[in-house]
Amino acid sequence: MPRSITPFLWLLFSAGGTVAALLFPIHVLLTGLAVPLGWVNAPSYESVLGLVRNPVARLYLFVFVSLPLFHWAHRFRYTLYDGLQVKHLTALIVVFCYGTALAGTVMAAYLLWTIP
Amino acid sequence: MRAEARYTPYHPRWYRRRVSVWWWLQNRAYAGFVLRELTSVFVAFFAGVTLWQLRTLAQGPDAYARFLACLGTPLFVALHAVAFLFVLFHSITWFNLAPTAVVVRLSGKRVPDWVVVGLNYAAWLVLSGAVALIVLRGR
Repeated sequence: MPRSITPFLWLLFSAGGTVAALLFPIHVLLTGLAVPLGWVNAPSYESVLGLVRNPVARLYLFVFVSLPLFHWAHRFRYTLYDGLQVKHLTALIVVFCYGTALAGTVMAAYLLWTIP
Repeated sequence: MRAEARYTPYHPRWYRRRVSVWWWLQNRAYAGFVLRELTSVFVAFFAGVTLWQLRTLAQGPDAYARFLACLGTPLFVALHAVAFLFVLFHSITWFNLAPTAVVVRLSGKRVPDWVVVGLNYAAWLVLSGAVALIVLRGR
């Protein structure tokens, strides 16, 4: 990993951490618990699609998926280093973590671009 | 005489104590640190769920209905309950560390830590309320 890219990765880490801290609890609560358990009525397919068609909502969702994935990549990379003591697998861990975040970012961009 | 050290296969090994993979369970502070680091796994998990949701949304009403049915299974409800606790832990630790990460100065004076932390929590409440209103508005 070239040294010059490290500050950029820390920037993505903190930006993604902030997005996740501010927005993830309410979304996990609504999508993961409140709707499946019937605490609130599930929004209809049409209304969710209508919401996602809004350009601002698309940008929101792109940031919502991409930045937190890079936050995960950066934090998880060091968790593997320290926690599991697998320092000898550095290159593999780096490719796996940032590669997954990059793949998720590309997928989010593709999906948000092609949703009718 | 050559200045640089020469390494041979017979270089003595340093003495290093083997540390268990569970080293962080012996101390509350260490356990808190590792749990905080592990919150990122649940952050990534929910980003993945959101991608899955977008994919089924693009595929049509039937695929989206199957997605919703899947989220209603006990496995996913349990996963989301755990994920909710972890992302909550992430938010709390993130906001509480904010004044340490970013020092804010107004006209040369450092803004007190409790103000920075308080503004973070206020922004969190406002944004959460706004998201809930927008998502639940159209039924």
